[in-house]
Amino acid sequence: MMKNKASIVIIGGGVIGCSAAYNLSKRGLKDIVLVEKKFLASGATGRCGAGIRQQWGTRQNCFLAKKSMEIFENFRDYVDTKIDIELKQKGYLLLAYSDKEVDQFEKNIFIQHEYGIPSRILEPEESLEIVPFLNIEKLKAAAFCPTDGHANPFHVTAAYAEAAKKNGVTILKDTEVLGINKSKGRITGVETSKGLIETEKVLNAAGSWAREIGKMAGLDLPVFSERHEILVTEPVNSILDPMVMSFSYNIYCQQSPHGSFIMGYGPENEGHNHRINSSCNFLENMSKKATWLLPPLKKLRIVRQWAGSYNISPDKQPIVCESEELAGFYMAIGFSGHGFMLSPAIGIYLTDLILKEEPPFDITVDLGRFERRETISEPSVV
Amino acid sequence: MMKEDNIIVCRCEDVTLKDIRELIKRGYTNIEEIKRITRCGMGPCQGKNCGQIILREISMITGIPVEKLTLQRYRPPFGGIKFSEVLGENNDEK
Repeated sequence: MMKNKASIVIIGGGVIGCSAAYNLSKRGLKDIVLVEKKFLASGATGRCGAGIRQQWGTRQNCFLAKKSMEIFENFRDYVDTKIDIELKQKGYLLLAYSDKEVDQFEKNIFIQHEYGIPSRILEPEESLEIVPFLNIEKLKAAAFCPTDGHANPFHVTAAYAEAAKKNGVTILKDTEVLGINKSKGRITGVETSKGLIETEKVLNAAGSWAREIGKMAGLDLPVFSERHEILVTEPVNSILDPMVMSFSYNIYCQQSPHGSFIMGYGPENEGHNHRINSSCNFLENMSKKATWLLPPLKKLRIVRQWAGSYNISPDKQPIVCESEELAGFYMAIGFSGHGFMLSPAIGIYLTDLILKEEPPFDITVDLGRFERRETISEPSVV
Repeated sequence: MMKEDNIIVCRCEDVTLKDIRELIKRGYTNIEEIKRITRCGMGPCQGKNCGQIILREISMITGIPVEKLTLQRYRPPFGGIKFSEVLGENNDEK
C-alpha cells in the first residue's frame, strides 16, 4: 500500500538520505517517507572509495569528520544494528611532493589537533615504517592520522535504512520522483512514479541528481555532476594498512578489510553530466600511477572497474540548509566526493535543521554563503 | 537434504544459500542489492556462478517469474587482468 501522506519526503536512498531518515526518526518524527529511484546506495554512495578521513584543513570539516568518525567507531550502539560496517582504522597517509604542500599539511595538522585528531608529519623514511614498499622518490613529507580509515558504504547505508524502518520510516525503492507540487509558495506534495505523496517538507538528498530535483521545485541549485572512475583488485592478504593518498600526485589507494585494493584519481576535463561508464584510459593511467607509487601491486589482478558521479558545489563543500526561496525545501547536496565520510554528522545536523531546533554545530554550510562571498576555502580536496 | 548454510552460492566470496535467503526475506529483492551487501558477483567470476542461483531464489521468495529478473551487471575488464599486463610488461609468473 502506497503511503500518500508524509511529514517529510526524503528524496534519495544514499547514505545521506538514510542517515537523515534514521536520525529524524530517532528524534521522534513520524510519517517519514524516503523515496529512492532504484535501490539503496545505487548512486554515488555505493560507488565511492569507502574512505573516512579526518585530516582536513578547515575547522568545520575537522569537526564534522571527527564527529562522524566517533559515530562510525560506535556504530552498533549508535544505530542499534547488528550489521558490521567493516570499520578499519589504519590511517590515511597523505603524501606531499612540494614544500608548499608540506607547509599546508603543517597548518592543517595545527587545526586538526584543536579537534583532537591525532595526525602528525612524517619524514619520507618514517613513511616506510607504515608502508614498507612505498616508493618515496620525490616525496617531501607525509601527514598521517592513525584513526582515519575505511567502512563499507553499503553496510552503513543498509544499517541506517533498516534502523530507520524499525523506527517507522517508510522506504520506497524503485520509486522515481517526477515532480514537486507547490501552492502559494509552499510545497504541497511530491509526485512519484507510484503516486502522489502529500507533504509540506522535502529533503533533497538526491546526490548526482540534486540539481534536477531542485529544478522540479523551481530552484536553480549551483551543483553539477562529474564522473569519477575507480577500480578494485582481487582480495589478497593484508599488506597495506593505511589509505595512501596524494592531492598533487592525484591518487587514492587503500586495501579494504576484505583484502581487495580500491583506487582512483580525480579526472581532468570531465564534462558536467551523468555519465558513469568506464574507460580504458582510466585503466591505463590508474595502473601507471598506482604501480609507480606501490610497486608490488603489479602482480595483482584488477577484477572490476566502474564509475560514479561526484555532485560538486562551487567551493567543493557541501550545501546543507533549507531553501530561502522555498520554505520546507531542505537540501544536503554538493558533497563533492565526501558525502559518505561525513554522513553521520550531517544526519544529525539535518535533523536539528528540519525539527527547527538550535543547530547543534556552528558550521557554515548554507546556500547563501555563495552570495555573501563566504565560500569555504578547504585546501584538502582532490 | 543439505543444510542451507552448507551450500555455497558464491564461490568467489563464500556466500551461502542461507545468507542469500535471509537477505531476500529482509527486503533485498534486487540482485544488485544482494551483490553490494554480500559481494556475490564482485569476484573474478563476475556472477557467472552465483547469478542464476540468486535469481531463482529471488523468484521463489517473491513470486516474480525468473524471466522478469535480470542478472548482475558485468564490469570491465570482464576477467582478472594484472596491472603488469595493462602496462604491457612481461609476465614471468604463470
